[in-house]
Parts: sequence; C-alpha cells; structure tokens
Amino acid sequence: MFHRFTALSSPRHFYAIASAWLPWLSVLTALGFAVGLYWGLVVAPPDYQQGEAYRIIYVHVPSAWLSLMVYTVMAGAGLVALVWHVKLAEIAVYECAVLGAWFTALALGTGMLWGKPMWGTWWQWGDARMLSELILLFLYIGVLGLHNAFADSRKGARVAAVLALAGIVNIPIIHYSVEWWNTLHQGATVTRFDKPAAHSSMLWPLLFMGTMFILYFSTVLLARIRVRILEQEADRQWAEEVRRG
Amino acid sequence: MMGRAFAAVFRRELRLAWRRRGQLLQPLVFYALVMLLFPLGAGADLALLGQVAPSLLWVAALLAVLLAQGTLFSADLEEGGIELWVTSGVSLGWLALAKLIAHAMIVSLPLILVGPVLAGWLGLRGEALWVLAVSMALGMPVLCWIGALGAALTLGLPRGGILLALIVLPLYIPVLMFGAGAVHAAVDGRPADGALLLLAGLLFLGVSLAPIATAAALRVSQE
Repeated sequence: MFHRFTALSSPRHFYAIASAWLPWLSVLTALGFAVGLYWGLVVAPPDYQQGEAYRIIYVHVPSAWLSLMVYTVMAGAGLVALVWHVKLAEIAVYECAVLGAWFTALALGTGMLWGKPMWGTWWQWGDARMLSELILLFLYIGVLGLHNAFADSRKGARVAAVLALAGIVNIPIIHYSVEWWNTLHQGATVTRFDKPAAHSSMLWPLLFMGTMFILYFSTVLLARIRVRILEQEADRQWAEEVRRG
Repeated sequence: MMGRAFAAVFRRELRLAWRRRGQLLQPLVFYALVMLLFPLGAGADLALLGQVAPSLLWVAALLAVLLAQGTLFSADLEEGGIELWVTSGVSLGWLALAKLIAHAMIVSLPLILVGPVLAGWLGLRGEALWVLAVSMALGMPVLCWIGALGAALTLGLPRGGILLALIVLPLYIPVLMFGAGAVHAAVDGRPADGALLLLAGLLFLGVSLAPIATAAALRVSQE
C-alpha cells in the first residue's frame, strides 16, 4: 500500500497515470455538466418567491463550496510538501491556488449577479458570506503572489505552503469575526430573504452539480499538474521521450 | 539551555531596540500624522469624527504596526543570525517566541501609550479611552506576530514590502473587527467586554501558533 503511494508520488509515474485517466475524466465531467445544467436550469421547478432567477444557485453555490474545499486541499498539499518534501504536493499547492482563486471569483461574480435582482444591489456590506468570500479571494491572491515572487519555484511553493497553512487556521476566525461584525456594529441589518426550505426537487440537482464541480476540479487539477511536471522535469530522459511522442 | 537561549535572544532584541531608540519614535510620528490626515480630509465635523474615530484609530495603528515589520528579520539574515538559530540545536520555534515577544513589546507599547492621547484629540472621552487602551494592548501583539510571519515569509525578497502588506492585511481583519468593535461599543455605551474577550482569545492563539509558523517560514528560507 505504502509502496503504491510512494510510486504515485514520483513525477514520472504520476504523469503516466494522469495521462491514462484524463480522457475518461474529461468525458465524464463534460457529460455530468450537461446533465446537471439541464436538470438545474430546465427540469427543476421555479422558486415560488424568486421565480427563474434563483437558478443561478446551480453555479453559485457549488463555486462557493469549491472555493473553500480547494483551500483545504491546498493546505493539505502544503502540509505534505513541508513535511515530506514531495515535489508533486509542491506543484499541487500552486495549482490549487490558481483554481481556488477562480472558483472564489466565480462565486463572487455569480453572487453579485444574483444580488442585483434579489436585494437590489450588487454588493451588500452587511452580508457576512460575501465579505468572507472576498477575503478568501485576497488570501488566494496572497498565496499566488508569494509563490511567484520566488525565482526558485520549489522554494516558492514551500513558502506559499506555510502561508496556506496559516490561512487555514485563520479562515474560520475570519468567517466568524465577519459574522459577528454585524452585532458589534449597530445598524445595517440585512433583510435577507427567508431561506426557502430547499425542496428535494431543487436540492438533488444542486448536490449533483456540486459533485460535478468536484469532478471538474479534479480533472483540471490533474491536467495542470501533468503539464507542470513535464515543465519541471524537462531535462529528464523520460520527459524528453514524452515530448518526442 | 533553553531558558538561557530564550533570555539571550530576548535581551539582545531589547538592547538593540534601546540603542536605536530614535527609530522607535517613527511609528508614533506616523500614527499621529495619519490621525491628522483624516480630519483634514474629512472636515472638522466633530460629530462625524467621533462616529468614525474608533475605526480610524485602529486602522492607523494597524498600518503603523505593518510598517514596523518589513526589516524584522533582514538584519538577522544578513549577519547569519538565522543560520546560527537553525544550527544551534535549540528549538527554532522557542527562539522565535523570544524574538516575537520582544518585538511585540517594542512595537506595541509606544503605540498603546499614544493611542488614547490621539483618541482624546479626536474627541473620544471617558471609558472609551480605557477600552481603546485595553483593546490595543490585547490586539497589537497579535498584529505584530502576524506581521512577523509575513516578514519571515518574504525574507530575502528584493521588494517584499508591498507583498508583505498583501499577505498580512487579510489576516489582520479579525483583530481589527474586534478591536474597533470594542471601542465602538464603548462609545455607544454598550458593553465592550465580549469583543475584548475575543481579542484576548486571539492573543493566546497567536502566542501559541505564531512562533511555530514563523519558525517554519524561517526554516524554509534557510533551505
């Protein structure tokens, strides 16, 4: 078992395995998205309060889930990179940061699009989730900036890993501090719509889309790591052979 | 051995700070200057200033702390001090703790003393001044330690300054919210102890975790 794990962590083997899996994962992700979007955008019933506009949750909520999940994956990879000096984990830290920043931006963007018709404003300072998400985006940007500042990408990855781990301790604190902020400062109470009791006909497509987002994340992460391995191992013989085809 | 190493690092920091005591005044002047800029920018409306003063006082103090971080480890790096730490056989986190506590005292104490004076200048009165002093005493060390982690992470980078701010500012948010929140509560005549207790919690969390994180960052910088 452990032998298989160490074999997987060797860039060359990982490259081979990723190459074998990628076509299947890509097809599965594309099919899953087609099904999930059709289910969410067409089959699921309209909301009794928000009409058709609520359907953006099938993109918005999975993005928000992923924005946090990817940070956890990144911190996990960072721990592995720091403790065991695994080259793959170092690469994963950076690639997770790139993808996580995009998911966060997507969650913010779709949230603003949704907020305009529902709350009548693009941005709501009183909403804790919006603020936490924006801060999360800045945390991702910090990890990316720190990594890129180092000429030696292996060192940059390990420094970024320390920051990612410091961030994972801070994320719950930041989240709750933003949530309690409203009670510390008077006024500006948000009149949020009552959370509609999610009916199963809406919930199932949402969970399905969430799963598809995870699948999408895994696929793209695998593809990005695969390319990065080839870049970093360019002077090895096996990489030379891969390039020649 | 551990106790002696701790005391040696701690005393060295304080002695160095004392020899450069003129530099200790710089964050204070910066703090006062920023607090002068706000009324000049916003107009002399005392009612308005009184409303936003808690936030201004905290944000300006936060920036003053941030400015004091950039060169925290750079002299140690140039003189090889960090290398000696790593090879000394004493736990790096333990030495970092000594440095961090000394650093927090050196940077925070003057700001904590000046903060209430500036607050009186902006029209805050009575209990709010005490709450400000206590909230700063609890919060400034945490800001120093987060900043020290940022300084350790950006160590050796030619232009680390703006990057340091970029990494550190998002992590400052909880301290700012609880700190300014406590003073706001005191100004409005509400109890401030909830926010102060949360700040105290952050202080304990900071003193437990910051040395470990800083040590990890320093170790990576020496690889």
